[in-house]
Amino acid sequence: MSRNTLPPKERTKIPRQAMPEQEAELRRHNFAEVNQGLTVLGATTEALRCLECAKPACVAGCPVGVKIRDFVELISAGDYLGAASKIREDNVLPAITGRVCPQETQCEGCCILGKKFEPLGVGYLERFVADYEREHGMVGLPEIAPPTGKRVAIIGSGPAGLSAAGDLVRWGHAVTVFEALHEIGGVLMYGIPEFRLPKEIVRQEVNTLGQMGVEFQTNVVVGKTVTIDELMTEDGYDAVLVATGAGLPKFMDLPGEHLSGVYSANEFLTRVNLMHANDFPNFDEPVFDCRGQDIAVIGGGNTAMDAVRTAARLGARTSTLIYRRTEAEMPARVEEVRHAKQEGIDLLTLANPVAFLGDDEGRLTAVRCIRMELGEPDDSGRRSPVPIAGSEFELPVAMAVVALGTGANPLVQSSTPDMATNRKGYIAADPETLRTSKPGVFAAGDIVTGGATVILAMAAGRTAAASIRAYLDTGRWNEESPSPA
Amino acid sequence: MFPILEAEFLAPEIKRFVIEAPRVARKRKAGQFVIVRLHERGERIPLTIADGDADRGTITLIVQGVGKTTRLMNLLEAGDSVLDLVGPLGEPSDVRTYGTVVVIGGGVGTAIAWPTARAMKEAGNRVVAIVGARTKELVLLEPELQAIADELEIVTDDGSYGRKGVVVDPLCERIMRGSRIDLVLAIGPVRMMQAVAEMTRPSGIRTIVSLNSLMVDGTGMCGGCRVATKDGTRFACVDGPEFDAHIVDFDVLARRNRTYSACEAQSLKAFQANPKAALDAVRHSCRLDQSHRDESMAEVASR
Repeated sequence: MSRNTLPPKERTKIPRQAMPEQEAELRRHNFAEVNQGLTVLGATTEALRCLECAKPACVAGCPVGVKIRDFVELISAGDYLGAASKIREDNVLPAITGRVCPQETQCEGCCILGKKFEPLGVGYLERFVADYEREHGMVGLPEIAPPTGKRVAIIGSGPAGLSAAGDLVRWGHAVTVFEALHEIGGVLMYGIPEFRLPKEIVRQEVNTLGQMGVEFQTNVVVGKTVTIDELMTEDGYDAVLVATGAGLPKFMDLPGEHLSGVYSANEFLTRVNLMHANDFPNFDEPVFDCRGQDIAVIGGGNTAMDAVRTAARLGARTSTLIYRRTEAEMPARVEEVRHAKQEGIDLLTLANPVAFLGDDEGRLTAVRCIRMELGEPDDSGRRSPVPIAGSEFELPVAMAVVALGTGANPLVQSSTPDMATNRKGYIAADPETLRTSKPGVFAAGDIVTGGATVILAMAAGRTAAASIRAYLDTGRWNEESPSPA
Repeated sequence: MFPILEAEFLAPEIKRFVIEAPRVARKRKAGQFVIVRLHERGERIPLTIADGDADRGTITLIVQGVGKTTRLMNLLEAGDSVLDLVGPLGEPSDVRTYGTVVVIGGGVGTAIAWPTARAMKEAGNRVVAIVGARTKELVLLEPELQAIADELEIVTDDGSYGRKGVVVDPLCERIMRGSRIDLVLAIGPVRMMQAVAEMTRPSGIRTIVSLNSLMVDGTGMCGGCRVATKDGTRFACVDGPEFDAHIVDFDVLARRNRTYSACEAQSLKAFQANPKAALDAVRHSCRLDQSHRDESMAEVASR
């Protein structure tokens, strides 16, 4: 029964509600969140635009199958907390996914409204509901099943590990999440900047999981501090989920890569996000002093966008994004590219670094680049960039950040020799059940697939959780793949 | 939170800590390190594990006060705690029976070399220890090395103890004399390790150094500790900290280690102006942590 009484024709006449944003000129000097969140009026108005499709394409487009139509309907009825509960049935981190999901290629990309009009602002609405819930704090914890007596160890506290923990603990399993760093959240803490995902929001979501009974242990490097075998044989865990992400930085193997001032995106962002180097000397960890300097970031994904906008906020005079294709091919979220441009980021497209140049002190002074043109489409379907001979030029910069994706960190795999990996070092897991070759051990997220998105990692975490549940219920490892709930 | 059980100065500005860290104590092997963060606003710093006692659940760290964080740590006493401690990290030393192993420690490098020297002795090697320091009172672990080394030679810059000179001198003599040397382990300042590497290179004596690179996470994630070697880029945190000295580009290492020298100087100056405030920050962080724990324990108990 719809509570939205507007006739469909009227619904399409409502314009998509704009996200209130911090002024670009202001925000490029601070780390406060760019998007300010819809107001109650804005959210309710936006919700009224939903056509309430009988077969909602948006839900099919969501990797975790959030019941979008149902929660949007609850918003249009003014029941924001009900909407929050509805989302939480499928998504334990809505305040996070509402902010960082690539909605334009998922829920919103599938929205029927989007064929003729602007798609429904699903991400904005999800965020609104999650923020409303957090600020009003009136939703109880989800129901927790009676204890099963089974214990699950989850390695890694990023989106895959947290979403799996949320499901498993609700089903009555005792869950311990192990984290190598000193804060819980994985890439949500060290990788995504404050202006896009405030750390307080991650902490709140983690707290909720803690209240549900998930135990967190920081400062534990599985593979070094303990091994998977020890967790299972000595500590008595009945199942283990490896959700360590893809944390190995990729470098380009170019001359000059060791110069001071050349960073991996992981290092640059970790120093700022996790270690608060932007607040040096109030915090002890330093980072390159960008003030008044020209800097460059190499790459076209969300991480590259995060790094270049972070450098701008650290006071860079110019911040240039070097990308070897054109803006149309950039894998970053459209909103991040738009925000970056508003903040004065220069896009240097169709260019690729060939060397880093430095001074006698070993400090970076310039990036030598070559112009590119687009050739035939490659395996990814994007037209592959081809260097233009003789087009080399130098871009003077004092800092460069390499943001070209990450590889598989080998720590867990190398200490677990009976768990199979693939050629590139990622863990081999059955795509249906996410079982590894080692009985009782599952793997999910970027450590299986390679670098992906928060929401895909969360989806994998839920698949693994369902599979772990089936294994713990039956005690059988060799039966047919259980179908995820 | 990791309680400090013992803390004593071994030499001016060099302090030995025994810290409760049962999991690390159980797993650590010679050559490995931990990353320590003292307080909520602190930086993560790598420190080599000098010793450990698995039964007691403790590890020993020997810390030379150089920059802000190490000087701050050296103000801590038994009864204090460090907020975070993670490890053991890095690859253990490759301890095997080589024959004659010359272990060279420069300054606080002696403390880093000590566990490997002992392991080498236990593995049946003849161990020749050469220990260098600026002056007599900075000579570290002499009785400990005396107990395990077949020969111990002490060198001081000012000649106040042992022979006057640098650690490369006795090594040079041994090489010139044609004494048998199957492996050299050299740990100390970058330039000292570089000098040792150059000394052993012509005769092709296998030489191992332990590199103290800039590091953040210590698990291979940030890539900040990258070391230029003849075989390509390596990460000190996961591929090291020990490397074949003959493939390391020490000039690049020395320059990379200076990346934050201006920031480090600024931090140190601020710290020296008010060390007590910094110490209070550590003690406050750790008390907070304790009270959080007490609360959650009480919560669990009341369920």
